[in-house]
This record gives sequence, C-alpha cells and structure tokens, in this order.
Amino acid sequence: MDQGLVSLAPLAVLLPILGAALAFMLVRRPRAQIAATVSTITVTLALECLLLAATWDTGAVAVFVGGWEAPWGITLVVDRFSALMLVISSAIVLAVLVYASAQGVTDQDQGGPVSIFHPTFLILVAGVSNAFLAGDLFNLYVGFEILLTASYVLLTLGGTGPRVRAGVTYVVVSVISSVIFLIAIAMIYGATGTVNMADLAVKLAQLDPDVQMVLHVMLLVGFGIKAAVFPLSFWLPDSYPTAPAPVTAVFAGLLTKVGVYAIVRTETLLFPGDRVNVLLLVVALLTMIVGILGALAQNDIKRVLSFTLVSHIGYMVFGLGLSNVLGLGATIFYVVHHITVQTSLFLVTGLIEQRAGTANVDRLGGLARISPLIAVLFFIPAMNLAGIPPFSGFLGKVGLIQAGVGAQTTMAWALVIGSVVTSLLTLLVMVRVWTRAFWRRVEDVEHPPSKLVLAMETRESLLATAAPGDAGDRAERRAPAVTGPRGPTAGLVGPTIGLVALGLSFTVLAGPLYSFSDRAATDMLARTPYIEAVLGPEAAELAAMDIDELQDRGIVAPPDQENSGPGYLQPLDGADSEGDDAGTRPGGEVPGEPGETGDAEGGQP
Amino acid sequence: MSVNIVLLLVMGVMFAGGVYLLLERTLTRVLLGLILMTNATNLLILIMAGAPGQAPIVEDGLEPSAYSDPLPQALTLTSIVISFAITSFMLGMIYRSWKLGRRDEVLVDTEDVKVAEQPSFDAEDDAELLEETSEFLDEYEDPNADYEHATAINPSTGALPVKHQRDGSVRVRSQVGRQEKPIRGGRRAAQEPEEGEHPVGSSGHDDHLPDEDERAGSPRARPPRFPEQQRDDRRQDKRDDGPGARGRRRKGEG
Repeated sequence: MDQGLVSLAPLAVLLPILGAALAFMLVRRPRAQIAATVSTITVTLALECLLLAATWDTGAVAVFVGGWEAPWGITLVVDRFSALMLVISSAIVLAVLVYASAQGVTDQDQGGPVSIFHPTFLILVAGVSNAFLAGDLFNLYVGFEILLTASYVLLTLGGTGPRVRAGVTYVVVSVISSVIFLIAIAMIYGATGTVNMADLAVKLAQLDPDVQMVLHVMLLVGFGIKAAVFPLSFWLPDSYPTAPAPVTAVFAGLLTKVGVYAIVRTETLLFPGDRVNVLLLVVALLTMIVGILGALAQNDIKRVLSFTLVSHIGYMVFGLGLSNVLGLGATIFYVVHHITVQTSLFLVTGLIEQRAGTANVDRLGGLARISPLIAVLFFIPAMNLAGIPPFSGFLGKVGLIQAGVGAQTTMAWALVIGSVVTSLLTLLVMVRVWTRAFWRRVEDVEHPPSKLVLAMETRESLLATAAPGDAGDRAERRAPAVTGPRGPTAGLVGPTIGLVALGLSFTVLAGPLYSFSDRAATDMLARTPYIEAVLGPEAAELAAMDIDELQDRGIVAPPDQENSGPGYLQPLDGADSEGDDAGTRPGGEVPGEPGETGDAEGGQP
Repeated sequence: MSVNIVLLLVMGVMFAGGVYLLLERTLTRVLLGLILMTNATNLLILIMAGAPGQAPIVEDGLEPSAYSDPLPQALTLTSIVISFAITSFMLGMIYRSWKLGRRDEVLVDTEDVKVAEQPSFDAEDDAELLEETSEFLDEYEDPNADYEHATAINPSTGALPVKHQRDGSVRVRSQVGRQEKPIRGGRRAAQEPEEGEHPVGSSGHDDHLPDEDERAGSPRARPPRFPEQQRDDRRQDKRDDGPGARGRRRKGEG
C-alpha cells in the first residue's frame, strides 16, 4: 500500500508544472490565476503530507520513472529527509503564495507584472521538489536549473534598476555554480559510468582516494555557492534584499536550503566518512561569525535578515560536519525550523514595508504603537531565530551544541562556542531592529517616510507635533477626507500568522519532530536503506562493506547506531528507547527549562 | 578509455577564455565568458563519453563497446537547452541594464557603499547624554540641548543650523532641503540619470533600498492616487539627498 502511494511521488513535480501551464493560460484573469495556483499548491501539499506519512515508518522508497530500473532510468527517491523537506517547502510556499496574491490584489504598484508571478512561482516549486526527490545527480542538476531559472525571473520582477543590478550578480554566480556542478557530474560520469546516486555510493568507493577527493570537493564547492556558506556567500546579501518581500521570503526560506540538502546528500550518501569534516567545521564557524557580524552593520531589515540567513546556514553545516546521528538529526531539525522562521521574518518585513513605506531601521519608529499586531508577529520569529528558550530555535541549537559537546574534539568545542556567540549576536541584531523600528517614537526618527508619519497621525487622531514642515496644517485639512494608509489586509496577515504559528508548533511538536529527524539521520548515515530501496539488497551490502573498508583506511565512519540515538548523553533514558525518546533530548540537557521539556512532551500524540 | 586530445585542448582553451572574460566588468564580456564556459562543459561531457562508435540502436552481433554511449549526449542536450535559456535571459537583462543606466557594466551596490561609509560613531547609540543636575529646571528647558547640538553636527560638513522652537523642540534645518527646487515632469524624469552619467541605482537620491515611495517611480507604476501626498513624498525624499544624513536630527520634545 505504501509503495502504491509513494509511486505518486512524481506528481510533486508534475502538479506544479501543470499548474504553471494553467496559470499561464489564465494570464488575463488574475483571480482565476490565483485560484488555480493556490489550489495546485494545496493539492501538492496534501500529496506530500501523504508521502511523509508513507515514509514515516518505512523509510526510503524509490520510484522508477517510466518503469526503467535503477541504474539506467530516472529514479526518484523519497526518504524521510526528502519527504520532510517537501512538506515544509510546500507549506512555506503556500503561505507565501497567499501573501503575494493578497499583496498583488491590494496594491499593484509594487513594480512588477503580477501576471507572470504565479506561473513562475509554481515552476520554482517544481524545481525545488525535483531537487528534493532526485535520485540521480543529473536530475538534481536539472532540478537546480529549473528553480534557478524561475528565481532569475522572480528576482528581476519588474526590471527596475536595483533589481537588474542585483539580478546580474545573482545570475552570473548561479551559472558559475551550476557549471562547477556540471563539470563534477561529467567527471564523475567519466570515472564511474553512472550518475545514479545509489549506484555512485557503491562505485565511488572503488576509485582512487585522491580522485574521490577532487570529485567530492568540486561537488561541495558547487553546492556551497548555492547554500551560501561563508567564502561563497557574498552574492546572497547583495541580491536578495532588492526583490519584492514574498519573493525574498521564499528565496531565503528555500533556495539556500536546497543547497544544504544537496550538501547533506553528498556528505552522507556519496562520500561518507569524515574526510572533509574539519573543513566543513571551519567553514561552518566562519559562516556563522562573518555572517552575523555582517548583519550587525546593516540598517535595512531585509539586509539584516539576509546576513542572519547566511550566518545560520553555519549551524546546519556544523551539525553536518560532526557526521554523527546527533549532529545530523539536529541539522535536519534546524533546517526545518529555519526555513519557517526566516520566511516568516521576511513576510513580516513585507508587512512593515507596506505599513511604513520603508524597511530601513534608520527611518522607522513607533511601529509597536502603530501596529501592535506587526510587532508581535515580528517579535516571536525574531526571538525564535535568536534561540530564546521556549522556541524551536533554542531546541535546535541545544541539539547541535549537545552533539558538538559529545564529539569531544577541539574543533567541535570551537564550534560550540561559536554557535553560542552567534546566537547572542543574533539576539543583539534582532533587538537593535526591535528598539529602532518598534520602540522608539516616530518623533525621534530622522526622516520618517510620509506613510509612517501619516499612519501615526491617523493613529493618534490628533495633530502630530513632530510632523515635518507644515504637515500639521495639512493633516488637519485632510483629516476628514483621508483615513491614512490602511493597515495590512487579512490576506497579508493571515499567512504570516500561519507561518509564525507553524514556527511555534515546532516547539510543541519538538519531540516527535526530533525523533523523526534522528531516524532520518540514522538512515542517511547508514546509507543502506536508501541504496536498498534503489538497487536492492546486494548493492546495499556492498555499500555496507565500503564503510568497513573506510574504517580500515583510517577514515572514521558513522558511529554505531546503538549509542547515538536520541538521549545519547543521558544513559538513564536509555539509548535503546525508541518510543519514549521524544522530547527528552534538548530538554534534558538544560536543567533550568522544565517548562519547555513539558511543552515538548505535552505535544506528543 | 581513449581521449581525443584535440577536443581536450579545445575545451581547455574555451575554459581559459571563459574565465578570462568572466573577470571583466563589462556585462557583454561576462555573458560571452559564460557562453564559452557552458559550451566547454558540454564538450567535457562529450569527452567523458569515451570513444565514438555505432549509433546506440541494438544490432545483432555487435559488442556493447562498439556502440557510443548515448547518455552523455542526452546530458549535453539538456545542458545546451539550459544554457540557451540562461543566455537569452542574460541578454534581456543586459539590454534592460543598458536601457536604464547606459552602462554595460557590473554596477556597485550603493547600499553596500553606504554601509561601508557609515561612521563607527552613531550619534543615537553612542552620544553621551548629560545628566540632569538641577531639580528646578525650567519646564521648557532641555537638559540635553547640548545633545541636540552634538548629534546635529555632522563631522564631515560641520555644524548644521539648529533652531530652537518656542515649544522647546529643536529643529535642524538641512541645507540641502533649503536649496530644493520644485521638480517638474514627474518622478520618472527625476530618477532617470543623464546619458552615460550615472550607473543604475546610484542616481542621486537613490541611496537606500527602494521603498514604496520610490517604487512608485518604476515604469510600470500607476499614477499616484493622491497627487498631494505624492508631492509631499518627493519633498521628503529630497531631504535624504544630502551627505551624511545620519548627522542631522529632527527631534521633538514629545
């Protein structure tokens, strides 16, 4: 039955593409277009939830497109990690789509042809789904290209000066990363004669170690550019902030995570062991620190968020670089948490822009009074991102730190310290934005945008004393006629609330989610479930033997599964506990947080 | 696996040329560089196919090694299509960039420049506040009047005139604001730089990310809904023009 359900997996790619075709046909009817797009994504989301449910217990399942068997045909693989990523990405996309539709309906002077937005957005979704499902390297490349091409269009929507400037950098950098990836694919094909990832997992191990290293590093560089890890992250804060808010939101949430996903696959499936772990850890540390220092210098909220995005990619690479179940499980949890939180923050920034007319903190003020709703919606994900205890950001970071402490190496300790410092600096950055944009009075702002002043005037419904120039007279004259800028509509606030709530639900559901991501991590590090699903048990045995050989060569393979599940550091909970492990992991580490542990356990079904 | 040395050399030369062109600042050359590099990659995939042979259609009595490998050809085809799409998109973007800024170059991110030029001293965060020593201050006397002066002084341009209002608030008049002239011809005209003068995105007042006031100036924008409000916006934007806007401060007593 499960097999039958999972064979619907190609629909996760197909549906958005067909929906895009439909949306293109409805270009002249905006409302029908919106309806078509939103319903497509909803159906896709439902399908992906089914996929997740199907793989929840069974693990990896392969789908052979067109009935061609594994090493020859195109394979789509659904395992726990990819199913989880699919569900989260579609949930995010749905929220952003509703938001963007509402924005397009309410004020169309955002500088963009709205008609092209929806189909392109669906194609982006198709690319993302394809990348998550891809069972061979070239299909992964095609998925990347689909989503990148769609993102080029979305980033330069409207073709205004700043967007074209940002778009040029973005396109050139993306194409270079794709070229590097493609070169790596060509060389891998030349060396092994296959591009199927499960097949590669078996065959790459037979190559000369130096050749392996070259291929490995080339793939990592290609994916590293997409994931925006430190030395390769320069393009991101340069290009993301100029795009419209919904576009930036979905880019920040998804595109870099697709890169992280590809890195995870490379590290676990294709090149297991700890050959580049030190490199990964160094890169992770630099990404965290440099990214957050960059965020400190920024004045525009979108740019601040872009830099925190880069910085927090470091956390994910950190967990991956430990290459044990604890670290990888925490990485998966962190990816899920971060996608949601980062997207909701960008959406709230869009609300701020819509309300105040700018997202530059130097020109913002008084928002907490003007719109308490926006303030709350900003505050929760901001604290979540910074990792304040009850939130999922805290749980993810504790999981990572726990894994780092458990690893007992100097580099891991450096990372632990680095991640705590980064967390504090993130808090500082968020508090800076908060105090300026939300807490200070409008009168203290240097050049408040007219919209903000107007909103304040209408809010206070009396003559604003600090309005510039003759604003007093004008406001008086206009007061009866003009109600000032309207607050955000339900279509904008609704999806934002939904995302913030989703981010909060990860706190409540942290237990099941953590145990799920740990199981996904166990599968990926063992490699055998994936390979067995694609190529059958013989190949899986071969792959298992490769791991033993790795150990003979002095490369540390993934640790035993028995002592690395949830509750690794708490022998009392029992390493063998499959059922009751949920929620104990992050909570047990911090004695001062009984409430949060209770939360996590209370959420267990 | 036999390798065709000529193809290999051609590929190497194409990569070298592509990388060289990519390092240029001119967009057209960057595009040419990308075309060279993607084609060199296609060539690499073909080289990886090994020796050429029969068309991969099954014939009786032929060894498997006699066929040429069809997969790299499929891969090349796909990547040719992709690079074609991206090339055309880049061409469109370069054309747009040329239309907007009359510059065929990679442009500087003005926001980056602004952040880089930002002084480490931030008046709002770092200025010292004077303590209120007397309990019997006049109601309208501001213990931090000096603070207003301190923050009103822009280190690069010197002091700006500060005017004390009757109600105790302090108002800083920016010099730029005074020289402002009425603009005719709408915002589009004001935004469009002179030919060959300014790169995109650095046309004077555009020294921050486009906010809504400015996005209204996009060519696809509708006419402003409230002409009166729009004019007010323009004046507001004009105030931003001056150097070191950070130093100036308008502060009410509240």
